[in-house]
Amino acid sequence: MKRNKYFLLVGLLSLGAAFFLEGCGGMVLFDPKGPIGVTERYVIIAAIALMLIVIIPVFIMGFWFPWRYRASNKKAPYSPKWDHSVKIELTIWLVPVAIVIALGTLAWIETHNLDPYKPIDAGVKPVSIEAVSLDWKWLFIYPDRNIATVNEIVFPANVPLSFEITSDTVMTSFFIPQLGSQIYAMPGMRTRLHLLAHEPGTYTGQNQQFSGNGYSDMRFNAIATSREEFEAWARKAKQSPDKLDLVRFDELSKPTSGYPVTYFSSVEPGLFDHIMRKYGPAATGRENGSAKYASRRMTAASEE
Amino acid sequence: MFGRLSLSVIPFNDPIVMGAVGGATLIGLAILFLITYYRKWPYLWKEWLTSVDHKKIGVMYIILALIMLLRGFSDAIMMRSQQALAAGGAQGYLPPDHFNQVFSAHGTIMIIFMAMPFLVGLMNIVVPQQIGARDVAFPFLNSVSLWLTIAGALLVMTSLAVGEFSKAGWSGYAPLTELQYSPGSGVDYWMWAFQIAGIGSLLSAINFLVTIIKMRAPGMTFMRMPIFVWAILFTLVLMIFAFPVLTAALAMLTLDRYLGMHFFTNALGGNMMMYVNLFWMWGHPEVYIVVLPAFGVYSEVVATFSGKRLFAYKSLVYATAAIMVLSFTVWVHHFFTMGAGPKVNAVFGVATMMIAIPTGVKVFNWLFTMYRGRVRFTSPMYWTLGFIVTFVIGGMTGVLLASPPADYVLHNSLFLIAHFHNMLIPGALFGYLAGYAYWFPKVFGFRLNEEWGKRSFWCWIIGFYLAFMPLYVLGVMGMPRRMQHYAETAWQPWLIIAAGGTAVIMLGIFFQGIQLLVSIRDRNANRDLSGDPWNGRTLEWSTSSPPAVYNFARIPVVHDIDAFADMKEKGAAYQRPDRYQDILMPQNTPIGFIIGVLTFLCGFALVWYIWWLAILTAVAIIVLVIARAADDDTEYTIPAAEVERIENERYRRLASVAPQEEIEEQLTPEPLPQV
Amino acid sequence: MTTNASTMEFKQAGEVESPDTVANHAFGFWIYLMSDLVLFSTIFATYAVLSHNYAGGPTGKDLFDLKYTFVETMFLLFSSATCGMAMLAMRDGKKGMVMGWLVVTFVLGLGFISMEINEFYHMIRQGAGPDRSAFLSAFFTLVGTHGAHVSFGLLWMAVMMVQVMVKGLTTPAQSRLFRLSMFWHFLDIVWIGVFTVVYLMGVM
Repeated sequence: MKRNKYFLLVGLLSLGAAFFLEGCGGMVLFDPKGPIGVTERYVIIAAIALMLIVIIPVFIMGFWFPWRYRASNKKAPYSPKWDHSVKIELTIWLVPVAIVIALGTLAWIETHNLDPYKPIDAGVKPVSIEAVSLDWKWLFIYPDRNIATVNEIVFPANVPLSFEITSDTVMTSFFIPQLGSQIYAMPGMRTRLHLLAHEPGTYTGQNQQFSGNGYSDMRFNAIATSREEFEAWARKAKQSPDKLDLVRFDELSKPTSGYPVTYFSSVEPGLFDHIMRKYGPAATGRENGSAKYASRRMTAASEE
Repeated sequence: MFGRLSLSVIPFNDPIVMGAVGGATLIGLAILFLITYYRKWPYLWKEWLTSVDHKKIGVMYIILALIMLLRGFSDAIMMRSQQALAAGGAQGYLPPDHFNQVFSAHGTIMIIFMAMPFLVGLMNIVVPQQIGARDVAFPFLNSVSLWLTIAGALLVMTSLAVGEFSKAGWSGYAPLTELQYSPGSGVDYWMWAFQIAGIGSLLSAINFLVTIIKMRAPGMTFMRMPIFVWAILFTLVLMIFAFPVLTAALAMLTLDRYLGMHFFTNALGGNMMMYVNLFWMWGHPEVYIVVLPAFGVYSEVVATFSGKRLFAYKSLVYATAAIMVLSFTVWVHHFFTMGAGPKVNAVFGVATMMIAIPTGVKVFNWLFTMYRGRVRFTSPMYWTLGFIVTFVIGGMTGVLLASPPADYVLHNSLFLIAHFHNMLIPGALFGYLAGYAYWFPKVFGFRLNEEWGKRSFWCWIIGFYLAFMPLYVLGVMGMPRRMQHYAETAWQPWLIIAAGGTAVIMLGIFFQGIQLLVSIRDRNANRDLSGDPWNGRTLEWSTSSPPAVYNFARIPVVHDIDAFADMKEKGAAYQRPDRYQDILMPQNTPIGFIIGVLTFLCGFALVWYIWWLAILTAVAIIVLVIARAADDDTEYTIPAAEVERIENERYRRLASVAPQEEIEEQLTPEPLPQV
Repeated sequence: MTTNASTMEFKQAGEVESPDTVANHAFGFWIYLMSDLVLFSTIFATYAVLSHNYAGGPTGKDLFDLKYTFVETMFLLFSSATCGMAMLAMRDGKKGMVMGWLVVTFVLGLGFISMEINEFYHMIRQGAGPDRSAFLSAFFTLVGTHGAHVSFGLLWMAVMMVQVMVKGLTTPAQSRLFRLSMFWHFLDIVWIGVFTVVYLMGVM
């Protein structure tokens, strides 16, 4: 009777594993479309593989030991005073230590490689986008093009994207799962993120840090296109009758859910900095994260 | 006069809430009616509400935990059913306003008002008995801690009917919790309930630390303490270091909300990242506070039901100490994505992975305790075995999330939810439920029905897998947490499975209710006459079930680990002392209960800005504390003759128990293996 | 070590087996003080992070008067010394001396608190209240939390003076006085941290 129940549990677990590994459509983290996401998937799989070295023996022992040494099995040896073994102790301390050294080294290296502040070097000038989280929508400003959008970004594939991110509301998190890392958007602060899409496609973007009643609606489209299509889109945006001056921005900041995709053909100069500075002189341009890349960017800007 | 309180704050327009309030009120009234009808008020007052007996206080904590488990679980049912429905354009049945309160309440209740009371309750019942003491160091303070925790829980329950609860999550991140973004009463309820319960917990920690360090039986050196006591000792150190950080963080948020200060606000120099750091500096040790006692329970259960000494006791102690120390060094992993920079993130990532090492050692120690043992499949053992195989999956996903690059794509997704529930449910909750089943006979004098216990276990574990494995998948599919509705219809099938899992767990809880009723009905058949129903190894099994108020008529002397097993082996377990002594015990007092009531009123007054009431109750609390502190006559003596009478009765019952032949037959030792 | 099977060993305490309450109370109070230290450390850390967030408002240099702070500090430090004298008198069983030194300690402590309240009042009057900037929020909270602890200490001291007057230097009263003196010295040490980190460093 007990045996049947054990097999039932094992069966259920296998079913679960099958589901998990089958790669049913939609598992975007295992189907990344950019180099950041690809490396992150590798880290996830490496971690799982290394941990299985511990998990599988635990599973086996966790089922086998109680079964074999069950009280009704008089044939199994019984050593009630045996409570110590140097060999076993060394193994159970040192094997996990080895795994952690391996995984820790991988984590150290890749954390530095995948620093969101680190620009992606693809031999092409990056597209700059300034992202501002509002209640409950995303505003995107293209400072080099003097256009802006709500809840949609379009960009050429295989070109690095350089995001500068802030918030005009509470803490939120800017995330395009199929391309890679997320990073928080915080009022009065500027965070940075670098992504790249390997191929054209429409990817979902979202807010990953709960921010109130309209949080579930903070989706945006991140559309990677060919160069030509991107230029065509930029021209289309330039023809929008909507202009993002301070008055229009005030209107935009009012709390609403489910804002439609909107294009603006011009943007108030320095709007992003203006939004940050709303939070007091102490908040001016305060950098988050690695100072190394902050100063590199300033150098690059001065070189242009 | 009534601050900002008015009749309009009662959510008359929300049928779900009014239904819940109506139901709770009816149940409450029914209970009050029954107590009155059976004339139990004097008994309740004398024996329970004014008690300073650690065993009774422990029981009351666990009753609180079980009630709040039901409340927190109803929140879970609501979330899962809402998410199973709200796919594509559908909005489900819970508008965001309500849904956001539900998930905030769920987290707050489960951690602060279910897990903490459960572990403090087990600590209360077991620790003094396991160390051979008569009570804790500060029995009155123990009572105060209990009633403060209950006051906090009452505030959370009150928020359902009067006003609203927080909509900012159990972690209450600023600036969402600042007045600008959360002007209502919700965050205030959350803040005061959390703060009050936190103070209760800190006081308990101080109490039990002194108890363990100062009141162990003679001969019980630290390295001879039961492993559960070690687990609790480390938990207490964590509590003493971590809770003041929470107190300060919540106090600063309170000052922001009440006095217009700028600790965490958007403007005038506030730094919201500071809140996040402070909260998690408490928050990470908190999850170890919640899990270490469960590990302690597993250690006791595995040793007892394998009929064997715990494998590598010293190593287990050091491993747990390592976990304790390391748990203070990892808090940044809760916000790798806040932009701290790669060096900081990498350091904290590696530190987080390091905790997996001693935790893994513990799992293997438990496994090797079973090796060459004689494993008895009682319900506590079921919970333990279920824990061992399931918890390690959560451990794996934890080490995975510890890698900042992996976390960058998984943070705040359902993968994270799955991970921490994987730790909390099989890890902590199964441990508490194992402890509940294991020590129930000691507390009440009869065993719980094993059949229903095992059925409940199967529902819980199958339900757990069904409810949470899909969430791992959903995290990889990119679904964030806390979604009231979602556009991606591909997510819905998984959420439906998860909702199904919740239904199976609900059946498990229902079976636990049946188990209790059946056990009470059959209590005479299942009486624990010897005080040692499991052939236990530690001192609490040497007393009667339930024990006398003083636990031990004479304090035993300890010679080895597993003190009681040692005594049984040497034939010295049930020797009658040649003479008895007068025993000094603390008197019951209503002051703890009254302080609880006053604290609840004070919290309520502060939420609703009823300043005169807040000041009045605060002053009353101070006056009561001073009055109590000035009281030098708080103990009473049980005369030796009375002790003798109680003990004689106990030996009569012992003599009537048939020898445990079946168990003894199974435990024929063999020579040690050459490993 | 073998146990004589016919007689179980029991603790050979005095007539009554009861815990050493005085020692336990002192130890428990130490633990509470350490938890209080963690609380203060958290507020210190917050102050350190926010100490330059002036939000365009007044800074430490604008507000702090080191001479004033020096006098305040002397009140508190001397009160610690007189508290010590009270403890010595208690050890010698001299009830009158204990009362006398406690009164002096109380007056000095009251002096400290009065000066602090006065400082707060003037700062708020001139628009430098805790709601002006994060720096000021942190300042008022750190200094104010310390002041609140001192005020509770004064209340406790008054209660103890009544107790000693009415009941004399009983064992429980002595045990409580000892804990009060620990509390008082602890607050003194915290104050040294406060005036160094807040006032001295704030003015530099």
